[in-house]
Amino acid sequence: MVAYRLEMRVAVVTFPGSNCDMDAVHALGVLGAHVWTTWYANDTLTSAGRAPDAVVIPGGFSYGDYLRCGALAARSPVMGAVRAFATAGGPVIGICNGFQVLTEAGLLPGQLVRNAELEFRCEDVHLRVERSDLPFTRRARAGQVLRLPIAHAEGRYFADRETVDRLRGEGRVVFRYVDATGEQTSEANVNGSVDAIAGVVNERGNVLGMMPHPERAVEALLMDDRRSGSDGGREDGRFILGSLLDAALHAR
Amino acid sequence: MTDDLRVRAATFGLTPEEFDEVVRRLGRQPNALEAAMFGALWSEHCGYKNSKPLLRRLPTKGPQVIQGPGENAGVVDIGEGWGVAFKMESHNHPSAVEPVQGAATGVGGILRDIFAMGARPFATLNALRFGELGEERNRYLLSGVVHGIALYGNAIGVPTVGGEVEVNACFGENPLVNVMALGLLRHDELQKGTVGAPGNRLFYVGSKTGRDGLGGAVFASADLSGSSSADRPAVQVGDPFMEKLLLEACLEAYGAGLVAGVQDMGAAGLTSSVGEMAHRAGFGVDFHVDKVPTREAGMTPLEVMLSESQERMVVSAAPGKETELLALLAKWELDAVEVATVADHGRFKVFERGELKADLPVAALNEPPEYVREGLEDPRIVAARERDLADLPDLKDPAGALLTLLASPTVASKLPIYRQFDHQVMTNTVVVPGAADAAVLRVKGSRLGVAATVDCNSRYVYLDPELGAMHAVAEAARNLSCVGALPLAVTDNLNFGNPTSPGVYYQLEKAVAGLARACVALDTPVTGGNVSLYNEYAAPDGRRAIHPTPTVGMVGVLADVSCHATQGLKRVGDALVLVGRVAGTLGASEYLHRLHGLEAGAPPPIDLVEEAKVQAVVRGLIADGLCDTAHDASQGGLAVALAEMVLAGGPGSAGLRADLGAGHGAAELLFGEGGARVVLAVTDENVAEAVARCEAVGVPAAVVGRSGGEAFELSAAGKTVKLTVAELRTAHTGTFERALGAKQA
Repeated sequence: MVAYRLEMRVAVVTFPGSNCDMDAVHALGVLGAHVWTTWYANDTLTSAGRAPDAVVIPGGFSYGDYLRCGALAARSPVMGAVRAFATAGGPVIGICNGFQVLTEAGLLPGQLVRNAELEFRCEDVHLRVERSDLPFTRRARAGQVLRLPIAHAEGRYFADRETVDRLRGEGRVVFRYVDATGEQTSEANVNGSVDAIAGVVNERGNVLGMMPHPERAVEALLMDDRRSGSDGGREDGRFILGSLLDAALHAR
Repeated sequence: MTDDLRVRAATFGLTPEEFDEVVRRLGRQPNALEAAMFGALWSEHCGYKNSKPLLRRLPTKGPQVIQGPGENAGVVDIGEGWGVAFKMESHNHPSAVEPVQGAATGVGGILRDIFAMGARPFATLNALRFGELGEERNRYLLSGVVHGIALYGNAIGVPTVGGEVEVNACFGENPLVNVMALGLLRHDELQKGTVGAPGNRLFYVGSKTGRDGLGGAVFASADLSGSSSADRPAVQVGDPFMEKLLLEACLEAYGAGLVAGVQDMGAAGLTSSVGEMAHRAGFGVDFHVDKVPTREAGMTPLEVMLSESQERMVVSAAPGKETELLALLAKWELDAVEVATVADHGRFKVFERGELKADLPVAALNEPPEYVREGLEDPRIVAARERDLADLPDLKDPAGALLTLLASPTVASKLPIYRQFDHQVMTNTVVVPGAADAAVLRVKGSRLGVAATVDCNSRYVYLDPELGAMHAVAEAARNLSCVGALPLAVTDNLNFGNPTSPGVYYQLEKAVAGLARACVALDTPVTGGNVSLYNEYAAPDGRRAIHPTPTVGMVGVLADVSCHATQGLKRVGDALVLVGRVAGTLGASEYLHRLHGLEAGAPPPIDLVEEAKVQAVVRGLIADGLCDTAHDASQGGLAVALAEMVLAGGPGSAGLRADLGAGHGAAELLFGEGGARVVLAVTDENVAEAVARCEAVGVPAAVVGRSGGEAFELSAAGKTVKLTVAELRTAHTGTFERALGAKQA
């Protein structure tokens, strides 16, 4: 466990249908952060008058998601505060439904659409870290393969060719779905995302959206005997959430 | 006029004789609303009129039981001030008519039962039964039910962590969808389904009331027939988002001390929830039906009182806290309306705009007549059980037989099913589906683990109801023991045919007797459950009952969750230790069914004393860190169990080599079932200790092989099965991939 001398402060946004908010709170707590939840109807992220160092938009079904995923949540009061936080350069990570909310809010490009196989998938995937110079990836190295769980029905990243070319050119694809050896294959691209994209950042590099769940992989006790074999990786979420906490400390 | 209602009462589920009983208890004729309210609460689903005299034979007490039968769910003590609320319920008939919503609302309903107890739901399991998967309609039902469970559970954010699937032609018309839910609570957080005291105000919370699900309790208690697709309006539509709001709001309200009592509206809607809450408290209510929020104008009091619209709760506010409660519910954007006040008159009075529409004694409403019938076993089943199995052809191709059994739906990998379920949300899942004999969850903030399983071999119960039900309990306890958990308590879901048939009543009576015997022997009291009757299908010789299926849901505890076991082989060179007797029997086996097309013979005999000893010794080895790999031999016998241990080892995992000796026929050794048998994989340094501990308590134990090598090589009575791991895997994974139309992995 990382012990910080200074306590990192993280706000986790709770929409009425968020269901990974407490998982994010727990995981960040395990990593030593001071975490609170912010109700979506609030227009501030502060707790007891103090601003957070980082913001997490967690997974779930923010507003039931009977419309497009994240569409209603993106227009809720708290998102104004998230936008202002991001504009000021604060690190924001949207996980799963949080990624959907960030694209709907226009903070990230592209869309998350129905998985190619049209069904919900909950399983471990391998991700290749494409950049290690971001506040979300500094604990990893470029090219490193992480193992993280996914749990979504609408996680297939889609954007028009121009946008995808730009993302590639600007190095804004942070994670790609790969096989255990780090190779891009059609089988490893679990939801059929364009260019196997699993996570992207904004231009400034401080807003990340990703479909896999790092908060589900910070404790070795969980997920014993993962189907994909016992090749470790039960704590690979620490590379991402730990980097976030490091960055938040650095920024302060 | 009166005779007319006596006849029409049948549409509310009341027989003419029951109608006469209502008249006798009221001392007058009921009106239509009153008759309908009686009909709903006297249905089997709510009133257990056919099963209650039998259910009283089940053991329900023990030091571990915090809440026994009679509430929304049972609660068991797991130590350190923690309790687990758990219950299983069926949604068979709705799922037959509309599989997606039928299954989805089944999940929603059982979750409400859990958080009505003050517990936060933290896992569900399901026990599913379908007709043979060669038929398109059965695949449609399977796919729909799986989708429905995923739709609801994934959205609300409660992990689906385990389950079982059986496939048999008898479930073709009438699939079984049993869902078990577990919730976690501190002992002092327990809530009750009570109206509280006179003067308390009752609030209606959640979705508006519609005409959907009208008469569902009666529907659930009627047999399905060709006209059932016309019953579609009796199936409700689920809204997991609304339920998520209800869940969070209720838990927040309990924590703030705003609630005196709470219950969900399940079968028979407002009538059963308010009626049962009043009955438990021993008081009455003045209920104002016109206050109930409705989805459409013009609903009659009868429609409102019997609607089974989903995602609705009744909350009795703590006196003086009404305003606070309403403010909290408003924060969660929930409709909340005061609909009743508690009174000491002991009557359920329904008013519409001040006019009295129904006036019923609460006790009479909640105490339906009970029927004790004469059971008589169907002679066709007697003949099937007593069939001479000596004329079976010899086992010529043991490798082919093993592959056939691995592809049998009961045994085959359920990966294409459970990968559609979020089994990780809440980050407590220690052992995932498919990795062990039971699911294991950690309890945050403690070292405790909770294990859960659902089990029933319906063919065993069909061929011998008492013995079969004992096996269901024994197997559930064995599955918990194989992950290292101490079995604590049971919730049962009794799925049977029409109880007025002597053959079915015999099955029900004997199965309950078997449950009772095994639950006493294994110290796992029953804390509640559900009864689903009238499950039938059309056979060439007329309508027949499904295989009797008393599904057992069992909860256990691990004192230290880091000491648990899974079934996959983990190292090359581990000794494979067989705990228990080596040979099983072929009666009622998967082998007979899938290789010889026979559902015949007596199920294996059971020795509950030996069962308890085997389980205790396995638990001890796991808890003491001497063993991390255990798997019981059930359907398909030791050959299937050993193959599953290889398959659960992950891709590229090693094989094994084992020899079961020559003391019996090859078929009995390889594929025989029954008895308390567990295979452990133990490192060399611990083998002597493991075997010695077994022998010390008089349990046979022997090293039968070792993990490792490229292939799966198993010998018995001079015959050898030699297969590659890839061949095993192909057989094991293909069945449900094909059935669900998924691409080949």
